[in-house]
Parts: sequence; structure tokens; C-alpha cells
Amino acid sequence: MRKGHRTWVFENRPVIVATATVGGPFEANGRIADDFDLLHEDLWLGEESYEKAHKVLLEEAFFKAIEKGGIAKEDVQFMIAGDLINQMTPSNFAARTIGAPYLGVFGACSTSMEGLALSAFIVNHGGANYILTGAASHNTAVEKQFRYPTEYGGQKPPTAQWTVTGAGAALVSSEGKGPRVVAATIGRVVDMGLSDPFNMGGAMAPAAVDTIEAHLRDMQVDISYYDLIVTGDLGKIGRQVSFDLLREHGLPIEDERYQDCGLLIYREDQPVLSGASGAGCSATVVYGHLLNRMKRGEWKRMLVVATGALLSPLTFQQNETIPCIAHAVAIEFGGEER
Amino acid sequence: MANEKRKNVTPVQQEYHLFEKERETKRPVVKNCFRAFFVGGIICVIGQAISYFYMYFFDFTEQTAGNPTVATMVFLSMIFTGIGVYDRIAQFAGAGTAVPVTGFGNAVISAAIEHRTEGFVLGVGANMFKLAGSVILFGTFAAFIVALVKTIAVKWGGLG
Repeated sequence: MRKGHRTWVFENRPVIVATATVGGPFEANGRIADDFDLLHEDLWLGEESYEKAHKVLLEEAFFKAIEKGGIAKEDVQFMIAGDLINQMTPSNFAARTIGAPYLGVFGACSTSMEGLALSAFIVNHGGANYILTGAASHNTAVEKQFRYPTEYGGQKPPTAQWTVTGAGAALVSSEGKGPRVVAATIGRVVDMGLSDPFNMGGAMAPAAVDTIEAHLRDMQVDISYYDLIVTGDLGKIGRQVSFDLLREHGLPIEDERYQDCGLLIYREDQPVLSGASGAGCSATVVYGHLLNRMKRGEWKRMLVVATGALLSPLTFQQNETIPCIAHAVAIEFGGEER
Repeated sequence: MANEKRKNVTPVQQEYHLFEKERETKRPVVKNCFRAFFVGGIICVIGQAISYFYMYFFDFTEQTAGNPTVATMVFLSMIFTGIGVYDRIAQFAGAGTAVPVTGFGNAVISAAIEHRTEGFVLGVGANMFKLAGSVILFGTFAAFIVALVKTIAVKWGGLG
């Protein structure tokens, strides 16, 4: 049911019955390594190319989620996935392996929540019992596409971010136990005229703020309603900018209740400059670390605002600015069970 | 980095650029200059040592030692790129590793490694100079212009 301008409220409260996350070697040394289901010590994952490794990341996350959900591969009725590679081949090829009816979605690094919002909507309205959704990124495959060759010695500025090697998948169902998806707000494309691809956080921050504001307005709740508001991959700069923007817009939030996936995944001493980014960033942190903590009862209501920068290397070279988007999904756990 | 060159930014965008700029981590320019100076200097010292090596142990003069020295430096940078350390040194050194000829070697070999999975012809062959290509093109063009100026100056200007 639509509430306000662009928020869906899911009255049947679809359940995230199982999640799975897969990470690479850099993530294995990170802060939340224990929350991954599977970690690889080799970026190649035993494959011939980074693109193939990228596909395997997604496949493994999907299979693990199916296994943890206690269902068979054939029980997956639809799958919604996406990544950052041209024509989304890793997702498409992983969907070939799973064999379920498939929708590919592109929201850059916001793909995880775009997929979860759509899955919850379909499940809520009886369109399916089991939907598998996920997003992934692979550091070197993405760097290769968006930036310079991975071994090229170009100095990155302190505003740059590190692309996560990882995949996160969630199995959404109409019934079962687990965190429930209660609402979702679809983002608008916001372009504040920034054009530096080495400062995505600064470009994406207004999109996150726009979606958070829209969500709170549509739901008619205060910002303190959520125990945690977590953004996708704003990094140090984007988080600070969006934090201050919210404050300026009259939505003050305490520091510890406003987190960013891009700052949660790695340790302070890892050389990631401003933080993590990539479609796999919010997917692995939310579907692994954050939902685990939610299940331990650390918080009951969480708003995940995954942010995406909708640029391509071509648009950057043609001096276009960076349009950004953010999708918000409200997840609740505990309290009343229906 | 806010793009001030763009004329068609709205007042709201402009306001945001300033807002964002205040919170942006600045490039440590002075620190980067010192690092570039020292690392670049070390690379030059190594180059000088190799140059002397060719002059003392082989039949090269100061004029002719240049070519084998450059080749050796490029070879070393390729080795370091191949084992995956050049980009890490570069993140520290910045222009210090980009400006010497080793940076050129790195640009070529990193592209070649990157596109190996697409095959030798359409992958390695076609992409090897995708970064270094512009160096070759504009380097050659700049040399041509300089040579032209010199020729004109010598022939008709009475110089030389």
C-alpha cells in the first residue's frame, strides 16, 4: 500500500528468512569478518578472470541463502539481482545457474535495497512466496571498468573509496521467522552538480538525505523512531556531509544511531581512504553484520538507506555530473509476531 | 571536488558545493610534494647507478648509456607492477613514481595485465597503450613542434 508520495508500507510484513554473505581477502581482514558466511583468500576465487570470480561470488551467496532458508533451488519463485559490471553479466550469469525467473536491476550501489524493496512488494501482494534478492561487487572487476587498470600506479585522493569484494543475498518470504520488511521508500535521482568520481560520498550524500526525509514525511514518524539509520556507502566524507545536512534540515540524529556500511566493514588501519563502496558494500554489511546484530536484539527498528552513484566512465569523461539515488528499506525485528 | 568551472550550476547546487567542500578531506599537497620529491629522487639515483654500471662494465659512454638505462628501469618497473607492489608505492609517492620513465612502464604493463583475460589480440594488444598511448602521441607531437621551432630558428633566425 502506498503511503505518502513514494513509500510502500507492507502490511503483510514479508520476512527475510535467510541471508548469506560472501567476501574476499580484504574483507576477511576487516572489522566484520565473523559475519561473513564464506570468505575467500584469493581475489580470483580460482577462476580465470575477475568477472568470472564476480559471478561466483553471487552464485555462492545465492546458494548459501537457499541452503540456510531450508528450501530447494526449485522453490525460488523469482530472483532480483544486480551489480556494477557492464550489462550486469555477473548477475545474469548467476541467474542462469540458479534457473529461477529473474529480474535484473541496476541501482549502482543502491541495488541491494532496490532489490529488497521490490522483493518485499511482490511478496507482500501475493506475487510470490519465495524471492531471492542480492547484489555484489568485485574490487578489481569494478576498478577495471570504472577506473584505471588495477595495477596502475595512480595516486588516489583521500576522498576516494575502496570497492568491496563481496556478495550479499536475502531470501524473502511471506511467512517464517526472521526480520521483517515493513516499508520501503523509493529514491529520486538527485544531482547536486558534483563531478569527481573520486568523491562519490560527497555526491551521494544529498540523495541519502532526500530519501530519509521523504521516508520520515511519508511514514509520519520522527527520526528518533528508528534505533538505527544506516546508509549504504557514503564513506567518511559523505556520512559527515549527510549527517550535517540532516541536522541543518531540522532532523538531528545522535552520532551512534547514524552509521554507514562503508565505514563498518573495514578496520581503521586498512588503506581504504574514505571508506568502502560498491554494490556489495551495503549488501554484505546489511545482510550479514547488521541483521545478525538485529537478531541478537541490539535494535528493533532499522532503516537502511542504500546509496548509488549512477555514473559511467563515459559520462565522466564527457564532463557530466554524477546523478545519485538512494533507496530506503525499513526492517523490524522482535516485538509483536503476527 | 566541486567543479567551479561549470557555469550552469543552480544556486542550490552552488550552496551545496560550498557545504560539501568544507567537509571534504583535502589532498595533503605539501606532504605529497615531499614524498614525490624523495621517491622520485630515489628512482633517479637508481637510474644513475644503472647508467654508471653500463659505462664501467660495458662499452657505453655517457651519451649512449641512456638507452639501456631506460630499458632497465622500464623492465624493473614492469617487474614491480607484475608482482603487484608498484601501485602501492605509487599511492604513497604520487608523482614521484608517475613522472619518471618507470611510470610509463607501469602504465603499459598494468593495462596489458588487466586485459590479458580478453585474449592477446583484442585484449593485450588493443589495450596495452590505452593509458600510455596519449603519452606517445603527445610526446611525439611535442617533439615535432620543438624540432620545427628549432629548425626555423636555426635556418632563418640565424641562431646556432
